Amino acid sequence: MARGTAWRTARMMLLGVTSTAACVVPLPNWLDPARPAFLSITLLWLVFAGPKPAGLLAAWLAGLLLDLLQGGMLGQNALAMVVTVAIALKFRLQVKTFEKPNQTLVVAGLLFIYEFLMFCTDSLAGLRGRGGWQWLYPVTSALLWPWLDELHKRVLGRH
Amino acid sequence: MASRQDHDYRPLLVSGPSLAARLFMLVIVSGILMIADHRAGYLDALRSTLMAGLYPLQRSVDAPFSAARWLSEGLATHSMLRRENGRLAEENRELRLRQMRLDALERENARLREASQTTARVIDRYLVAELVRVEMDRLRHRVLVNRGSTDGVYVGQPALDAQGVFGQVTRVGPVSAEVIMISDPAHALPVAINRTGMRTIAYGRGTLERIELPFLPGNADIEPGDLVVTSGLGGVFPPGYPVGEVEELLKEPGEQGLRVTVRPLARLSSDPEVLLAWYDNQLVEPVAPMSPNDGAEVP
Repeated sequence: MARGTAWRTARMMLLGVTSTAACVVPLPNWLDPARPAFLSITLLWLVFAGPKPAGLLAAWLAGLLLDLLQGGMLGQNALAMVVTVAIALKFRLQVKTFEKPNQTLVVAGLLFIYEFLMFCTDSLAGLRGRGGWQWLYPVTSALLWPWLDELHKRVLGRH
Repeated sequence: MASRQDHDYRPLLVSGPSLAARLFMLVIVSGILMIADHRAGYLDALRSTLMAGLYPLQRSVDAPFSAARWLSEGLATHSMLRRENGRLAEENRELRLRQMRLDALERENARLREASQTTARVIDRYLVAELVRVEMDRLRHRVLVNRGSTDGVYVGQPALDAQGVFGQVTRVGPVSAEVIMISDPAHALPVAINRTGMRTIAYGRGTLERIELPFLPGNADIEPGDLVVTSGLGGVFPPGYPVGEVEELLKEPGEQGLRVTVRPLARLSSDPEVLLAWYDNQLVEPVAPMSPNDGAEVP
């Protein structure tokens, strides 16, 4: 039993590290705005379909990690991530029962909220506009949801 | 027997603060972090330490790409290398000729400066730094390089490439440093038009292809093709280093000023390495700044 838990924790950590690495792996400049938010999707998957939902503190720490890796304001991604995961936790039981296409829409909506919070904090900090491309990744991330859902289930098992 | 994972993870007895309370607390902490980092810059030391901790992850993410580059260079054919060698030898001859001319000009310049009691400011040392990670996300044009405070890298240090000005160091960790590129929307660079000597400030636009000179009067003597160089004001960059070439002059209807776009000469999108430069800015003669905003800004 303990061995099973350790094995699951190891796989969970592997998932976390891979998702983080996928957030910073070099991409051509033209492709970068479409880079799926792998870490956010992994946390949302843990909330909606994982063996144990991601907690708020884990979401906050993951956001802080992104802040450090992306070189932005410390706390910006952390704030957006914690709010997004909190909303997901609030509606977790309803979303769990949804079909995959509906879950995809929910994930897209949550990632738009995430990006909206980033946009608000950027504006409050007086950072200049980022063009319209930053609204692209919630769509690409949501499109990946069905496949990532399947992949995560294979890595961590079905629940 | 049903395992715990078969059930929804929801305790019967709620212990600890509620979801809303935890959310509120973490939002407040995030807000404090953002203010402390962005407004006051209190967290630079903490960030440097954490950056050092994350460096192995960044390095390992980049490792397959470095290996691919190394492999593709290693697999270059003999004839390609011969061709490349021939071209470089030719280029080297040309550069040596130009160097001789420059040496003569430098001597002449030194004599003239001596005569006018001013001092020269040139880069006296540089360090090649390899790009570990390029961050173009969300129009923050930053790169992470593999040199840090152990190599003597400092915040505000100019970064150049073989063609022109690349950016400046914004954060330094023990073995890595973050460089803000001149194309970052938060970067401002004091420049001068080489042909006329007119001084202004170049701002990043969030695109690698151009930067902008937004504060020029409508009747400014400037034309496409003019070379834009660093003016040396602000003390971050030595004067006279090429920044870009004037590309387009835009006159907005109803506005007095002229908006000039400049094509950066540095290969911002394709450089695998940059030069971190040291120059003795103690030699800078005091020059009155042209505006309160003058000087390279870093966020």
